[in-house]
Amino acid sequence: MKQLARNASVSTTSTATSRRDFLKASAATGGLVIGFNLFTGNRIAHAQAAPPVVPPNAFLRIARDGSVTVQVKHLEFGQGVMTSLPMMVAEELDCDWSKVRSELAPAAPQYAHTMFGMQITGGSSSVVNSFTQMRTAGAMARSMLISAAAAQWKVDPAQCSTANGSVIGPGGRKAGFGEFADAANALKAPEKVALKDARDFRIIGKPTRRIDAPAKVNGTAKFGLDVTPKMIPNLHTAVVKHPPMFGARVAKIDASKVNGLPGVTHVVQISNGVAVVAKNFWAAKKGRDLLQVTWDFTNASKASSADLKKAYRDQMQKPGAVAKAGNADAVKTAAKSVTAEYDVPFLAHAPMEPLNCTVEFKGDGCEIWVGSQFQTVDQGAAAKVAGLKPEQVKLNTMIAGGGFGRRANPASDYIIEAVEIAKEAKVPVKTVWTREDDIKGGYYRPMYVHKVSAGLDAAGKIVGWDHTVVGQSIIAGTPFEPFMVKDGVDATSVEGIADTPYDIPGMRATLHSTKDGIPSLWWRSVGHTHTAFVMETMMDELAKAAGQDPVEFRRGYLAKHPRVLKVLNLAAEKSGWGSKPAKGVGRGIAVHESFGSVCAHVADVSIDKGQIKVLRVVSVIDCGLVVNPLTVTAQVESATAYGLSAALYGQVTLKDGEVEQSNFHDYPVLRLNEMPKMEVHFVEGGTMPTGVGEPGTPPVAPAVANAVFALTGKRLREMPFKV
Amino acid sequence: MIRFSVNGERIETSVAGDTPLLWFLRDNLELTGTKFGCGMALCGACTVHVNGEPTRACVTPISTLAGKKVTTIEVIGKSPIGKKVQDAWLSEDVVQCGYCQSGQIMAATALLTKTKAPSDAQIDAAMSGNICRCGTYNRVRAAIKVAAGASKPAAAPAAKPAAKAKA
Ligand code: FES
Ligand code: FES
Repeated sequence: MKQLARNASVSTTSTATSRRDFLKASAATGGLVIGFNLFTGNRIAHAQAAPPVVPPNAFLRIARDGSVTVQVKHLEFGQGVMTSLPMMVAEELDCDWSKVRSELAPAAPQYAHTMFGMQITGGSSSVVNSFTQMRTAGAMARSMLISAAAAQWKVDPAQCSTANGSVIGPGGRKAGFGEFADAANALKAPEKVALKDARDFRIIGKPTRRIDAPAKVNGTAKFGLDVTPKMIPNLHTAVVKHPPMFGARVAKIDASKVNGLPGVTHVVQISNGVAVVAKNFWAAKKGRDLLQVTWDFTNASKASSADLKKAYRDQMQKPGAVAKAGNADAVKTAAKSVTAEYDVPFLAHAPMEPLNCTVEFKGDGCEIWVGSQFQTVDQGAAAKVAGLKPEQVKLNTMIAGGGFGRRANPASDYIIEAVEIAKEAKVPVKTVWTREDDIKGGYYRPMYVHKVSAGLDAAGKIVGWDHTVVGQSIIAGTPFEPFMVKDGVDATSVEGIADTPYDIPGMRATLHSTKDGIPSLWWRSVGHTHTAFVMETMMDELAKAAGQDPVEFRRGYLAKHPRVLKVLNLAAEKSGWGSKPAKGVGRGIAVHESFGSVCAHVADVSIDKGQIKVLRVVSVIDCGLVVNPLTVTAQVESATAYGLSAALYGQVTLKDGEVEQSNFHDYPVLRLNEMPKMEVHFVEGGTMPTGVGEPGTPPVAPAVANAVFALTGKRLREMPFKV
Repeated sequence: MIRFSVNGERIETSVAGDTPLLWFLRDNLELTGTKFGCGMALCGACTVHVNGEPTRACVTPISTLAGKKVTTIEVIGKSPIGKKVQDAWLSEDVVQCGYCQSGQIMAATALLTKTKAPSDAQIDAAMSGNICRCGTYNRVRAAIKVAAGASKPAAAPAAKPAAKAKA
């Protein structure tokens, strides 16, 4: 074991994972099963309670045929965890990549996020929080396979090595992992394992195609919406009539037109509306549309976007709770000053797969199939509604057609209603939201207004920056409030401002968190969705006021943040910043730090018949150590497209409490003919990965706004943009 | 009784004629590869072929299908062009969440069946009705060109040289 010790001494990550942190349980199907747990206390109990087939505490299973199945603890909804997490396991296990499979883990304590302590997919943190954990799981399994092989061959384990799914012993002995799977499973997990040095990686960092792609190109991949009676006999479909205003309650139900409709079986009142249950979707939808409900609007929000905006803008004139406590008085006496006001609307997430959830009560428990970013929270909420203990609720994670935050709801809205319906109707039920239900259903990125007054001295240096933000808090009223709201400041409302990497003297930021009763939620990159827009367009305005180049101007405030500076510089270099764009084309830049990563975009735009056309986006991201370059590139493009949809089109508006939009005709999103050409570059480096799913979104809107300014001289301060 | 065919199988059904083909496929035949995204012919997730034409199944009542041939994602790989499209989708690693991709592939196959080497403008025209919230558009375009033979598939990523790992 000498080699092991040497590896350990040069390893770049913590290798002190001890056996106590691991669970080992045997599978009736045979093979080696490894589970790993940082957080739960009752490890032994879990090991003993392991059900016979796939123990839910396992991260990987090696079958007798040598195939390796990795249980992925995060939701797969496009970001690629069903590939990147297995890559980490395979790297250390030294297995044959072509034999690696990937499954989504159900809700279970051992699948908790290693930083949040519960099972969550969010904050662009799936890869970073799994990095050491998954590698350790792979390394432990490898060590056990070697021990098993050495015992069988009666040789010293130190004389054995592994390569591509085989153990190799002295004298040219070689056998596949599958041959030792059972024997390895009977062994004690090693006390400690060493992890590879990053220089020796041969899977991590290599462009790797997605494991889940084949099933997604031939229609066999099963999303939540694809749960059918073949899987769950007697499965019914429910479509819900939700209140037309947030906070309204059911007063009276008239189901006379629904009763007797072919296929309709139940009309069920639930806490947030009335469900029509039927043998299939079409019958349920017809029933829902014919159902007459009288609503009680006593506690409903009757807000209109226009009124909210006016009220917010009034409030914005006075400072709010202090989020960054600099003294911005110098703005008043500055040689030059710029004051600007910004508006961003409510936004719906509009994931491609409409929300859905399947629930079946059976025996003394209940089983759920759902694409959830919040398995632990949703399992607990379901248990409460069902009158069960969380462990009596089996929550199966289904792959999801996008989510962007909508499937991480502390209120578990679409899970709770499905449980309520199934409980009441006493049949297995799949709820299906229509697109209209989705767009009108709330849990939006809140509307915000910002006001910034900034001053420059005679040399064009910033001397003060006074920033006020007004809008609803996403966190207030959720279980996260105690951790994320301090002294009246919801950190997510001012992230990207209060912690800006720019070294701005005299910077003050304050926040008014309003209470308007519009259900709010994180939307891909959360507060950065609006703060980056304001920060980066204001920096551009100040550069102009100072008579400086926008890149040069930014450099002046990044001396203490070399990582941001490097990304900015690389973006300038790769985009040909400084060269003149073609006639009729404007070029703009923005850089922003979020989720531990830094991303810059340089956008080239033109304007055609009053419509902004984004021709090209050159992107640079520093996301630390890159696990799968294909995924990172895809996610930067994805985040860009998502941000462009919001910048160019996205808005949900309220009129007298009712949402005015309903589907993709009045809530348009970016289409193929509008997608810019893209180049994505990485700044290599780092020993740990950082966020990838979200950091590409924040700098898109400001890069485009700055490009439009370069082209037209007009500042865009309201989203969606109008020219 | 309405009679038509789905993926070569004869269908005779008394299901209500106003039932959209999308829900007939998904709920009655349990062919769930065809997806629901908007229900209003706005997103293309439900795209199937009816007599070879790309068709939004969500707004196609089954009463309009008498005597017609419906083809879905489940069998599109059996046609040479459909197979090429699926292969290109894999070589270009197009999918992300994958939810829109059945519709994208059906639309792309219909395009390439009519137009062997589509221009960018033709790709725009044929594919802009298919929304992808994951923003896979540039790879969709690249894959169509690969399937058309106009560009080479991305090379299979080469394994890094294996550093022999010792126990
Ligand atoms: S579901 Fe048919 S076009 Fe959107
Ligand atoms: S791949 Fe997710 S919507 Fe297209």
